[in-house]
Amino acid sequence: MDPLNNPLHTRATAPTPETPAPSLEVAGLAYAYPDGHQALYGVDLTVAHGERVALLGPNGAGKTTFVLHLNGILTPGAGTVTVAGLPVVRRHLAEVRRRVGIVFQDPDDQLFMPTVREDVAFGPAAAGLRGAELAARVTEALGRVGMADHADRPPHHLSFGQRRRVAVATVLAMRPEILVLDEPSSNLDPASRRELADILRALDVTVLMVTHDLPYALELCPRSVVLSEGVITADGPTQHLLSDTELMAAHRLELPFGFDLRSVTIPTP
Amino acid sequence: MSAGHAHKLYRHGHSPVHALPPHCKIAAVLCFVLAVVATPRTAVWTFALYALLLAAVAAAARVPAAFLLKRLLVEVPFVAFAVLMPFVATGPRVHILGTALSEPGLWGAWNILAKGTLGVAASVLLAATTDLRGLLLGLQRLRMPPLLVQIASFMIRYGDVIADELRRMRVARLSRGFEARGVRHWGVLAKTAGALFIRSYERGERVHLAMVSRGYTGTLPVPDAAAATGAQWTRAAALPAAALAVCLLGWTL
Repeated sequence: MDPLNNPLHTRATAPTPETPAPSLEVAGLAYAYPDGHQALYGVDLTVAHGERVALLGPNGAGKTTFVLHLNGILTPGAGTVTVAGLPVVRRHLAEVRRRVGIVFQDPDDQLFMPTVREDVAFGPAAAGLRGAELAARVTEALGRVGMADHADRPPHHLSFGQRRRVAVATVLAMRPEILVLDEPSSNLDPASRRELADILRALDVTVLMVTHDLPYALELCPRSVVLSEGVITADGPTQHLLSDTELMAAHRLELPFGFDLRSVTIPTP
Repeated sequence: MSAGHAHKLYRHGHSPVHALPPHCKIAAVLCFVLAVVATPRTAVWTFALYALLLAAVAAAARVPAAFLLKRLLVEVPFVAFAVLMPFVATGPRVHILGTALSEPGLWGAWNILAKGTLGVAASVLLAATTDLRGLLLGLQRLRMPPLLVQIASFMIRYGDVIADELRRMRVARLSRGFEARGVRHWGVLAKTAGALFIRSYERGERVHLAMVSRGYTGTLPVPDAAAATGAQWTRAAALPAAALAVCLLGWTL
């Protein structure tokens, strides 16, 4: 672990009565696939309530495997995952899946219902919401991503950027404790990318963003962690990590050509 | 890809037939088809009456005859089979234009042709006046097993996605100078089909993952829809009730 860090850790592990439990606490998480390939070797990560954290790592670092543990799709070989004080175990799965909103990379996988409205309603309806309350929840979630006018369209008639935003709305509708985004900027054109960033910045929800898009992490997340070869190898302020060229090179993380860290002003939340 | 918001069979409109709740229409079409099938094939005139009934519905739904007839072409393979029957069936022969045809075969062909065409026409009318989503909701309301409704609704949702994928694969093949000409190239096409199958299968797994992540436990939520009123049921029942009367006449006269 990087010794630079991290005031957040101390704050998270010793919650005082007025600070809520950390949104996410992962301790010693290890996992091997049934074919014997080990993907995670003891991951520790704490994300405080309201924080926005980027999980950086090269392809094949185990990022997606890690994400699938957060809502209990995969069961850890060792270690624990706790979401806002609730351990991720079989009998809590329904509540855990409500609290952890995962936005998958391909919106066509995420949006499986015939219309946008029904898709956004899917999660809350599965949790038992009905009638006017459900309709209000859908309108609210679509409003937060600026897609309220498209509620009755089929998802496959939307542009890719719009689909990504609807995908975010589908999990916002569940009022999650933590929003987990898997490569949120992939395949987006610059305008859609900025629109999504504006939306994410305006949300008052904990965000864990899994990405190798380093400028996007810098733009949105004050704190970053690096997952490499199944362990967290660095944890600290994003700008600090990205300017550590040795660390970046060691984990196959690269800024795009021409990107100068000193020249950017990071938008304040 | 912007083929509009509905399937090709649907014809947007605001007729009284469009306004009926989907499940009433589905039940009406089913009962109509049952009445048609139950009619003796020798009562030839009843089938003309059935056709008139459907024409009346089409007029009420403002579906033009050309639209209806063009979509009836889907029946052609069955027609081909029906046309064969008088030649291959056994039994006493009759001579028409110098060809010996089997009499039971002729009746069999007539039976398939008349009842099939009426059934297809009724279904085409149903599809022309009800959008896909409505059809699925209607089936769900009629207590069709939810699993079947889910499969159908995923087919609709992902049909375009997969067709798009197929198109991209075709463009990729063409871009590298491949054009399927003749049997020797079938191997490549078969591999494309295999690749598409695997891709779709993997997408299925990812979709399932996304569903489970949002609390899927085996049922899809049914949007609230107002129950059909008695008046709506009565209106929908007009077609099958008339058909039933024709059917009974066919048996008694």
